[in-house]
Parts: sequence; structure tokens; C-alpha cells
Amino acid sequence: MLLLNIFGITNNALLAVTAVLTGAALVFAAMWIAGLISPRSYNTAKCEPYECGIPTRGTSMAQFRVGYYLFAILFLMFDVETVFLYPWAVKMADFGAAGLISIAFFFGVLVLGLVYAWRKGALEWK
Amino acid sequence: MNLLAAISANDASTISMWVHNFLLDTCGLAPWLVVTIECLLIGVGLLLLYTILALFYILYERKICAWFQCRLGPNRVGPWGLIQSVADAIKMLTKELIHLKNIDRFLFALAPYLVIIASVLAFAVLPWGNGWQVIDFNVGIFFLVAVSSIGVLGILLAGWSSNNKFTLIGALRSGSQMVSYELSIGLSVVTMVALAGTMSVSEIVLAQDRLWFIFSGHISAIIAFVIYLIAGTAETNRGPFDLPEAESELTAGYHTEYSGIHFGFFYLAEYLNLFIVSGVASLLFFGGWMPLHIPGWESFNTIMDYIPGTIWFLGKAFVLSFVIIWFKWTFPRLRIDQMLKLEWKYLLPFSLFNLVLMALIIVFDWKL
Repeated sequence: MLLLNIFGITNNALLAVTAVLTGAALVFAAMWIAGLISPRSYNTAKCEPYECGIPTRGTSMAQFRVGYYLFAILFLMFDVETVFLYPWAVKMADFGAAGLISIAFFFGVLVLGLVYAWRKGALEWK
Repeated sequence: MNLLAAISANDASTISMWVHNFLLDTCGLAPWLVVTIECLLIGVGLLLLYTILALFYILYERKICAWFQCRLGPNRVGPWGLIQSVADAIKMLTKELIHLKNIDRFLFALAPYLVIIASVLAFAVLPWGNGWQVIDFNVGIFFLVAVSSIGVLGILLAGWSSNNKFTLIGALRSGSQMVSYELSIGLSVVTMVALAGTMSVSEIVLAQDRLWFIFSGHISAIIAFVIYLIAGTAETNRGPFDLPEAESELTAGYHTEYSGIHFGFFYLAEYLNLFIVSGVASLLFFGGWMPLHIPGWESFNTIMDYIPGTIWFLGKAFVLSFVIIWFKWTFPRLRIDQMLKLEWKYLLPFSLFNLVLMALIIVFDWKL
């Protein structure tokens, strides 16, 4: 929107901040209203972690599978590489065949990474 | 310029200039005050649009679900059940917020903020018509992908801070699912950015003036669309990919411990994310607010131009949402290993291959 061009702050940055504040205001206002009108009652059993109605067994911070970490690390690698592809994608039509050849090396490394993870069995959910 | 004429012509810049001049010259306010008031107006507008759309989407989904199951769906509150979701929202506001023991209070309170802010930011980038767009960065679509991934943090925090086994496992499942499918979303967005030659959302739409990308991008655009739709369904934790909230094993997943309106935020964001995913799909593949144009059919194009852009945009988004809801009632829920296998062994290699295909199409100028 062509609104604010004062102070030399770019429109979009200010509008993005407005959107962030809008979201925060929505949550804050709704929580405030709910705090005012919702009923309150205290009960020891109600404040326990939910476990199908039976008392909690052991600690609630249970161990979880290491596989989740593995996929998070793989994601990190591929996501950063995807980010590097964006500028190339914008200018691809201008670069032509030369750009295609130079990105092929980068792309090759990306694919090799996937093949390596695949061969190592990192993509299996064991 | 007459304001009414501008509104009827659907001209955003004229209206915003009119408001700007009205506040600055007619009211004689200081520039900083004008900026504040304008930001406030935009914020209120965004908030209204956001909540109304989310409430509409809740009803939309419930009605469609009902039809798939030969039921009537909500039909008691208001005509055709139209204000059912408003009633639900009010009910949710009046429910007790349970204060739990042993939770991480700060993170527990922070999680809904992150989820809502991520979806409001992504929502603000979507173009509703020519110039009807709040944030128009020159890296708009990249910004959208970036901010929508903040939502994962909110979900992980919600599950972690609740001090509950169900929420912990639900959050981890949801996190691994969302980050995995984000790769395919990212790669199919890159594919369409390559076709458009720009990352600006408004320019992507304008680039489809002649023909929508789904037609002009050949087979590559169609593959990208299918991958985007599958990954988008997974990204919103819907349909066959709703294993983070598989009731039979995880109760309600990462928001098990949230009560009242606190839970409502996750619910709201989930439906808005459905709109955002289908809105982005319509923007990237079906021309956003751009009417259907067929090169050579001049009179047809002129007739199509009479339908306002906002209707085109919303229509496309609703149809795509319908397809995503349809998935839910067609496919059985996946297991986590199947879900990860689908992404890493099928969608990711396919989208990498598809990007190469698109690069070849563009460099050798095979596009329609």
C-alpha cells in the first residue's frame, strides 16, 4: 500500500512491524478479555498434566527418538541451500546457459548431499 | 479524486492517497500522528479481515466435512449455521483458562503469540487485488516463506512447555513434519520464482497477465503445483498428514494442555494457514487476482476483466481450500515413517528434478 513515506522509514518495514503488532494485539486483547470474563476455580487434580485421567507416570519430559534430530539437521542443510537458489532463480533468464552451467555445480553438491544421506540410511525411520 | 469512484474502481493507491491527504491536509495533523493513525487503521483492517476469514473458514470446513459424510453440518445458529463459528468463539472466550502445575509459564504464554504473528505476517503479504496488499516487499514471496516458518517454533514451544508427554511427542512430530515439507514448498516456490523472474508478490501476479503460470509453465508448473499442494497440506497439519494430532494416540497433540481461548489461537491460526497456503497457491499458479486470460480471445478477456480481482483471488483460494479439505476425507492418515518417506524420498527428489526442468524450459525459452 502506498501509504506512509515520512521519516525515510521504508513503507514495508513499518507495515511489517504493524502486522507483528496486530498479531500480538490480537492475542493480548483476547487473553485479557478471557481473563476478565472466564470463570476461575482451583483444583489440585485439574492442574496435573493430562494423561488420560490416571496419575502421571515418571517425568513428563520423556525421552524421544533421535530420528527427529536427524531430520532437523538434514532440513537445515537443504533449507539453507534452497535459500541460495532464490537469487539465482530471479536472474536465471538473464544469465542464460552460462548461469545454468555454473549453478549445476552447486546443484550437484546439493543432490550429492541427498544421495549421501540416502545411502547412509539417514532417511529411514528406524 | 472522488473516494467513491476510487472504491468502485477498486483502486487501492487512490484510496490510500485520499486517506493520507485527508489526514494530513484537511485535518492538519502532524506527520508522525498521520503515520500512527494510518498504521492503526491498517492494523484494525488486518485484524478484522483475519478474524472474519478464520471464522468463515471454520464454518466452510465444517459444512464441507458434513457434506462429505452426508450430514447437514452446523445449521442451528443463524440461517444455514452462518454465525455458528461466532458463537463458538464467544463460548471459547468464556471458558476457564486452566493454570497448570510445572509448566514453563513464559514459553507456554509465548507460543500462541508466535503462531498468530507468523500467520498474520504471511496473511499481510497476500495480494487481494490490484494494489490491495499490505506488505509489498521486493522479496515478498521469500518473506512469506520465511515468516510462515516461524509458526513451527510456536508449535514446538507449545509442546515443550506444557510438561506433558502427549504434547511433547505431538510437537516433535509436528515440527519434523513441518520442517520437512517446508523444503518442498521452498523448492516449488523457487521453481515459480524462476518462471516469474521476480520475488515481488505484486510483480508475480502482473507477470501472469497474459496467461496463468500453471498454463505457461508447461508440465513443470503442473508438477510444482501438485508438489506444492501436497506439501501445503502437510504444512498446515491437515488431511492425511494430521498425525501430530492423531486423537487415538496423542489426544490433541501439541495443544492438549491449552484451554479456552488459549487453545482457540492455535485453532484460528490453523484455519488461517489453510487460507494462506491456498492463497499462495492461487498467487503462484493461478494468477492471484488476475482474471482468466486466454491469448487471442480478446472479447473473452474483456468480459473476464469485469469480474473484480478480489473475487477472483478469493474464489481461487476457496476452491483450492476445498481441494485440501477434500484430501482429508479421501486419504487415510499416514504413519510417521510413511510421511517422512513421502517427503524425503519422493517429493524432494521430484522437486529438485522439477527445478532443473524449469531451468531448461526458461533458458531454452520453451515456455508458452
